Amino acid sequence: MSPRPRIYRWLAALPAVGMLGGLTFANRVRPFVLGLPFLLFWIVAWVVASSAIMGVIFVLDRADHEEPASPNE
Amino acid sequence: MLIAAFVVAIGLGLLARRGHTMNLEQWSVGGRGFGTVFVFLLMAGEIYTTFTFLGGSGWAYGKGAPAFYILCYGTLAYCLSYFVLPVIWRYARARRLVSQADFFVAKYDSPALGALVALVNVAALVPYLVLQLRGLGIIVSEVSAGVIPSSSAVWMGSAALVGYVVVSGVRGSAWTAALKDILILGVAIAIGVYLPRHYFGGLGPMFAAIDAARPGFLTLPAAGMSASWFVSTVLLTAVGLYLWPHNFASVYTAKSEAIFRRNAIVLPLYQLVVLFVFFAGFAAVLVVPGLAGADADLSLLRLATHTFGSWTVGVIGAAGLLTALVPGSMLLISAATILAQNVYRAAVPAATERTVSLLARVLVPVVALAAVYFTLRGGQTIVVLLLLGYSLVTQLLPALIACLGPTPWATTAGAAAGICAGEATAVYLTLTSASVSTLVPSAPQVIKDLNVGVIALAVNAAVLVAVSMATRRSALHPTAGRGRMTIPDVTPVSQ
Repeated sequence: MSPRPRIYRWLAALPAVGMLGGLTFANRVRPFVLGLPFLLFWIVAWVVASSAIMGVIFVLDRADHEEPASPNE
Repeated sequence: MLIAAFVVAIGLGLLARRGHTMNLEQWSVGGRGFGTVFVFLLMAGEIYTTFTFLGGSGWAYGKGAPAFYILCYGTLAYCLSYFVLPVIWRYARARRLVSQADFFVAKYDSPALGALVALVNVAALVPYLVLQLRGLGIIVSEVSAGVIPSSSAVWMGSAALVGYVVVSGVRGSAWTAALKDILILGVAIAIGVYLPRHYFGGLGPMFAAIDAARPGFLTLPAAGMSASWFVSTVLLTAVGLYLWPHNFASVYTAKSEAIFRRNAIVLPLYQLVVLFVFFAGFAAVLVVPGLAGADADLSLLRLATHTFGSWTVGVIGAAGLLTALVPGSMLLISAATILAQNVYRAAVPAATERTVSLLARVLVPVVALAAVYFTLRGGQTIVVLLLLGYSLVTQLLPALIACLGPTPWATTAGAAAGICAGEATAVYLTLTSASVSTLVPSAPQVIKDLNVGVIALAVNAAVLVAVSMATRRSALHPTAGRGRMTIPDVTPVSQ
C-alpha cells in the first residue's frame, strides 16, 4: 500500500498475541485487581491497551505522511 | 415508557429522511456522506445488539468466564479494521458499490458469484434478524410482566421496523442509533455499578462470593469451553464481525477513510460497556439463581424486576428494545438491498435503477415477514441463532482474502466452490451439532475444544486453493485475464 514498509504497524498484532497468548498464564481468579477476577482484568487491560496501541499507530501514520488515496488500489 | 421509546425511535427514524431524495445509494449507504460520529454510531449500533444485552448477561450468568470472549473478539476485529476497512472503502467508493456482494462482483468480475454471496448473506441475516425479534419479544413480555405477549410484541416491533426502514433507509438507523447509544450507555453503566454494590457491597466482594459459591466459574475450564475453545472462537468471530453484510456495507457510508482509523481507537474502549452488562449477569448468579438453558437470557431482566420499581424497569426495557430495533433495521436494509441489487439485477441485467430501488423497498416487508414467521415458530435459543449466522457468514473469508490485492488471486470458480463447500460443511456441522471432539474423539484436548467453525473454514480454503489452481491453468491460455484487467463499473448508480 505504501512505498516503504511501516514496521511499527506490526504493533497491531500485539493485542491478539498478548490477550490470547497470555491466557494460560492469566486463567486464574486471584489476585483480584480493581475488584475484577484476574482473568477478566487481564482481558480488560488488553482492551484498553489495544486502544492505546491503535492510537500510537494512528499518530505515527500521520507523521509518516498523509498517504494520498491511491486511485488504482 | 416502552411505548414512548417506540414512538420516539420511529419519529427520529422518519425525520431523518428530511432533505434527501432517496435513491438506492442514499437509502442503503447514506449517499456515502457520513462522518466519524455517524459511522461510529452505525458500527457500534450494530455491534451492541440484543445479543450483547440479553446474551452477554445471559452468558455471564449461565457460563461464567467463557462469556469474556465477547470483549476479546470485538477488540481484535477493530485492530484489524484499521488496515482492512480503508482498502475496502477505497475500492467500493471508486466503483460506487452498495452491498458486500457488489464487492465480490467487481473483484471477480462475476455477477453470478455476487448472487451466490448475496444468497449466503441473506441466509445468514435471517437468523440474526430472528434473534433480534426474539430478544424484542422477550424484553417486552418480561417488562410488561406478561401483559403484552411476546408474539404481539414481535408483530408490533417488525411493523415499526418496516415503516421507518422503508421511508428513511440507513439514515433512520443512524438517528435511532444515536438515541439508543445514549440510553444503553446510561442503563448499562448504572445497573452494572449499582447492582454489585447494592447486593454485595462492591465488585470485589461480589466476585469473591461467586468464587466461593461456584469455584471455577470465573476461569476457563480445562475441557469444553477451555482456553483452546476461547482462542479459536475469538479468532473466528473477530474475522467474522466485518464479514456480516450489514457491517461491511456500513463501511461504505463513510465520508473518508480516516474515520475507520479513528474508530479503531475508540471502539475498543466503547465496547467496555459490555463489561457492565457482565456485572449485571454475574450479580444475577447469586440473586436470582435457577434460570437454566435458554432462560439464562432472561437473567438481566429478572434481576431488574426483582430490584427496581416499574419505572426503572421500563427504562431498562426501552434500552433493550432499541438494541433490537437498530440492528434489526440495518439487517433489514442489508437483506433487501442485497436481494434487489445482487440477485434480481443479476437475473435481469436490464433492470433500471428505479426498479431496483423500488424493489429493495418492496422486499423489506417480505423479509420482515419471513423473520417473524421463523421467530414465532420458535425453536432455537439466542446463542445458537447467532452461532448459526456466524458460521454461515465466516465462510466468505477465504474468497475475500484472496481478492483483497489489486487482482484476485483465486479464480471465480475457486471462490464459488470454496464458498459452497464451506457452507455445506458449516450447515452440516450445525445441524448435526457436531463438535471436533465428536468427530475426532482420539485427538488431544487442545484440538478437541477448537471451535467447530475452524473445520468448515479449512475445507473452504482447501477447496478454494485446489479449484483455483486447476481452473487457472486451463484459463490462462485461451482467454487469459478476461475481465481481470479492467474492472467495469458494475453498479451504475445514477445520481
